[in-house]
Amino acid sequence: MAIGEAAGLKLGKACRDAFGTALKDLGNEFPNVVTVDGDVGNSTRTEVFAKAFPTRGFNVGIAESNMVGVAGGLAAAGKIPVVSSFAVFLLANAYDQIRMSVAYPGMNVKLVGSHAGISIGEDGASQMGIEDVALACSMPGLTVVVPADANSTRLATRAMLEHVGPVYLRCGRIEVPEIYAVDAEFTIGKAVTVREGKDVTIIANGLMVGIALDAAAALAKTGVNTRVIDMHTVKPLDEAAIIKAAAETGRIVVAEEHLMAGGLGSAVASVVTRTKPVPMEFVNLGDRYAESGDPHGLLQKYGLTAEAVVAAVEKVRTR
Amino acid sequence: MADATKLSLNELQETAKAIRRLIIQITTEAGSGHPSSSLSAVEVVTALYFGGYLRHNKANPRDPKRDRFILSKGHAVPVLYAALCQAGYYSFEQIMTLRKLGSPFEGHPNMKRLDTMEASTGSLGQGLSLGIGHALACRLDGLDAHTYVMMGDGEMGEGQVWEAIATAEKYKLSNLTAIVDQNGYQQTGATKDVLDLKPFAAKFEAFGWHTQVIEGNSMEAVLEGLAKARAVTDGPTAIVSQTRKGFGILPVLEPTGDLNYHGKSLSKELAEKALALLS
Repeated sequence: MAIGEAAGLKLGKACRDAFGTALKDLGNEFPNVVTVDGDVGNSTRTEVFAKAFPTRGFNVGIAESNMVGVAGGLAAAGKIPVVSSFAVFLLANAYDQIRMSVAYPGMNVKLVGSHAGISIGEDGASQMGIEDVALACSMPGLTVVVPADANSTRLATRAMLEHVGPVYLRCGRIEVPEIYAVDAEFTIGKAVTVREGKDVTIIANGLMVGIALDAAAALAKTGVNTRVIDMHTVKPLDEAAIIKAAAETGRIVVAEEHLMAGGLGSAVASVVTRTKPVPMEFVNLGDRYAESGDPHGLLQKYGLTAEAVVAAVEKVRTR
Repeated sequence: MADATKLSLNELQETAKAIRRLIIQITTEAGSGHPSSSLSAVEVVTALYFGGYLRHNKANPRDPKRDRFILSKGHAVPVLYAALCQAGYYSFEQIMTLRKLGSPFEGHPNMKRLDTMEASTGSLGQGLSLGIGHALACRLDGLDAHTYVMMGDGEMGEGQVWEAIATAEKYKLSNLTAIVDQNGYQQTGATKDVLDLKPFAAKFEAFGWHTQVIEGNSMEAVLEGLAKARAVTDGPTAIVSQTRKGFGILPVLEPTGDLNYHGKSLSKELAEKALALLS
């Protein structure tokens, strides 16, 4: 069964495609936007922008460290550079450059990591960004956004350009279900309750929002009324939405396509323990690298499924 | 935008001496820092700020039309604080707070706290990439601003530097000049013993850069080198500036048996001797 099918959602575009198209569409409105690529613009989709605005697209070759530094310089000179690569190459390879040339000086650089998570599939673990959110969240002042579908990615792209300061936008490779309407609202730092419920809350982001909605549909058949929150901004976190969910539903499951360490689960738990302690469970990759394989087979094998979310909900309800 | 300050050769040499004195004073007051790494770069920094090369604007240090100087070897920032003090940006009392809690004159440049700093550096190898960003932005905006980036010779061991060297050539950035302050030493010893990347000039040339090798502690040679770099119109220029770490106070350092004198300030006693030498 496809992601979102149980929840009655239809499959939409991949987030990276929505990002690339949105960036091109915003090119005239934001004349200071430029792109800096490490020769994977056809994968991250910045090539859509660079083809439309050829003088504003820079491909600096397979050299992520320099790529991020160049973006830092462009931002210092007043541009809004959108620098992109595979999530893991951007955050892991160029971590120190993001720290020194973007985050520490507070540069207005937009970092876009495509190919996040294990759902990239056949290319295998070396290409999978499974620690990127943790790395991004470790940098003071860096806003971290993980949209769930094409429409919210399009809206997040605009919000990212309007935001003054460094932003990391995480995009997946595969097609994901349509969760939001074209005219939905999107505000950085404001979570969206995509399904109301009173018995338990699933807080998810990215690909896992569609999967959480599938889980909620399955749980509804057993009489469990599940709230699903799209926590698209991991930093700054919408603490009010978390506290409200803890108070009103008493149990929280956090689902993400990321390692346990330093991701959404850790972030939500640090709020819950400090404000309104309630039982929690986590659905994520744990502490392991994945492997090559087809995306849906990988999600099955590594436990990022509606069944796994349902099991976590059942477990949290026994506590 | 104010015109660049242009002093006579004699005035420049006196200014260089004054900057050296400030470097010694502020690092000895701080009780730590990198005076020897700062001293090697004095002629280049003096020539840039006072020899007619950097157009800067005291009323608006981030004026888009300004020329830029990025100190990639950020540990040598005392030379920059001293030059800016000499140029009237900061008082002597202000820069004497170097490295103290609450002071914006931090151990390495922090552009968030000082609008005269073009970059926050200190993790080596990153300044040239930033310089490329400035140069590309200036070109896009039709500004004739020039960007200078100073790196250390030890710093050239960072791989990012070579990524940047290739990229600057790709975009034929004639508005960019890289200066390697080749003072021959790095933290644990002579650069030729730690990781010998010489000859720098041949490497830059192989990457398609205009390249010069100059005597970097000779004011005349520095002025000539900067003039030649500014005249280039078809690509980036590298100036390999051969200097001595601790130049100007070497007779004071020699008896200590440590010609590298890396990452430590002079004692009050040595500082007095150094200042006497520079008076």
